[in-house]
Amino acid sequence: MRDRAVNFITRFYLLLIFLFLYSPIAVLMVLSFNDSRSRVVWGGFTLKWYERMFTSPHITDALVTTLALAFFASLLAVLIGFPASFGICMLRRSGRSVMMTLVNIPLLDADIVTGISMMLFFMRFMELSFSSVLIAHTVFCIPYVILALMPRVEAVDWTPYESALDLGATQPYAFLRMVMPQLYSGIISGFFMSLTMSMDDFAITYFTKGAGVNTLSTMIYGEIRKGIKPELYALSTVIFMAVLILLLAVNVATRKKGGETGEGRAY
Amino acid sequence: MSDRPVLIHLEHVSKSFGNSLVLDDLDLTICKNEFVTLLGPSGCGKTTTLRIIGGFERPDSGRVIFQGEDITGVPANKRPINTVFQKYALFPHMTVEENVAFGLRIRKKSREYIREKIDYALKLVNLEGFEKRMPKSLSGGQQQRVAIARAIVNEPEVLLLDEPLGALDLKLRQEMQYELIRMKNELGITFIYVTHDQEEALTMSDNVVVMNQGYIQQEGSPQKIYDEPENAFVADFIGDSNIIRSTMVRDRLVNILGIEFECVDTGFGENRPVDVVIRPEDIVLAPEREGALNGEVTDVIFKGVHYEMCIMTGDFEWIVHSTRRSEPGSGVSISVDPFDIQIMNIPESEDEEAVKLDI
Repeated sequence: MRDRAVNFITRFYLLLIFLFLYSPIAVLMVLSFNDSRSRVVWGGFTLKWYERMFTSPHITDALVTTLALAFFASLLAVLIGFPASFGICMLRRSGRSVMMTLVNIPLLDADIVTGISMMLFFMRFMELSFSSVLIAHTVFCIPYVILALMPRVEAVDWTPYESALDLGATQPYAFLRMVMPQLYSGIISGFFMSLTMSMDDFAITYFTKGAGVNTLSTMIYGEIRKGIKPELYALSTVIFMAVLILLLAVNVATRKKGGETGEGRAY
Repeated sequence: MSDRPVLIHLEHVSKSFGNSLVLDDLDLTICKNEFVTLLGPSGCGKTTTLRIIGGFERPDSGRVIFQGEDITGVPANKRPINTVFQKYALFPHMTVEENVAFGLRIRKKSREYIREKIDYALKLVNLEGFEKRMPKSLSGGQQQRVAIARAIVNEPEVLLLDEPLGALDLKLRQEMQYELIRMKNELGITFIYVTHDQEEALTMSDNVVVMNQGYIQQEGSPQKIYDEPENAFVADFIGDSNIIRSTMVRDRLVNILGIEFECVDTGFGENRPVDVVIRPEDIVLAPEREGALNGEVTDVIFKGVHYEMCIMTGDFEWIVHSTRRSEPGSGVSISVDPFDIQIMNIPESEDEEAVKLDI
């Protein structure tokens, strides 16, 4: 009897948490299908906001910018973070902890500080533009890549690499065939973390972007000052669904892998 | 060992990792078609020596000469040497066949040649029919065989084996010892084998190199190493032994624990302190007062083939192997044939002394 009561309370509590978390999103999703500009009156089902969203150059431009920015920033962050993780792993203990602290500072630092300091830096040396945002995003994504890769690099089993050398393989070939497969999951999770962080960012983008460059977040910020348009509900719904699907896909993929190798999930 | 041509020569090789000196001015000659074993406790430098020969480590100083050529700076992938690693190091994402073919594919051999070689190698290691299996589905012994097959298909001049039997159980290990000897004879190449297991070393080798703390302690045939250890470390590391600080009275006469014994060694001077090694199985037990040294049995353990007994004479405890059991507490007498007394110089240098204290 008592067990049942405890059970009920814990479940109810959980339900409450989910309600607070997701009901605003649910309301937003419902409103995105509402055939009325009012936020309180249901005017019937419609897809016109979605249609407008996809035909508005404003929104599609921002979407393309966001995706391109996220993709290239993550790619660059992986290209830079990959050798960096190896370098840090080779360091002795003292050097390594200094490096790891340096790597962690941008993670803990308030975005607004990073954003403003980068803006000042860029204004001195270059025009604020897409490339300045790209550089800024790459910089704050690198720590995520290093954090995702370091444990993998540390756990690399070098014996297959050595046997490949022993059997006549060149160093690059042995590395590619024997070491890289052990790092793929780390690279992928680093890449996706960067992708998420880049798409999520507002403050740093806002300060480092040039005129006319807009990501979804800065675009929405600008639009909201003029009043909320229902197209934005549709846009938010699409973004939410995309992120949800991405997250589920990554989860399923890593779980499958984890079951095979006995490792835990990446997320 | 001297009738074969020299294949590898390590000249004054030193290597340290951080602050610890692993190899100190090591000189080692390995002859063609020899089964050489580097034997020693962990941390003695045997694996480092092997890795220097394989090209995975560069010596801090000294040279590696292979068939008269200096290969010190030649990377591992350019050396006609293949290695069987301690943990097999099979490629986990490849089948047995792909593992074995790896080296040949890199050398761009023809498909027929590779096929033929795989068949030959898998037959040699008794793994026919395992071509399509993944390493994970094989037992430890089978994986080890794949590792050997993968190394020998490349027809190396030298095969390096780094404690290859370490992870196998006793029975399998003994079988594999015979297998390795058979393979070596069939292939006719040089094997350099690293182990800390003295039994493996004595069973398989033509030449045993006993190492400790980066030095070669003794080099020679298994019989010589066992019967005539040059110092206390070797005597103690290879088999059980009684090591007694004694005095060499003159040639062929040694004073052990106050009793003079005849021996066969000469050239140690007169009245010089020496170490004497007597193997437990060489001690002859007789009823009390009928032998040379009287003592009391303190402990008896049954070992299968023989009994191992501890016998106190004065304040020295002897280990004795005998097929006849003597009751604990009973009085016995010890005697030794002159041939079974091995005289060794007492270590003089600090390094050698350190070796002795480390036992």
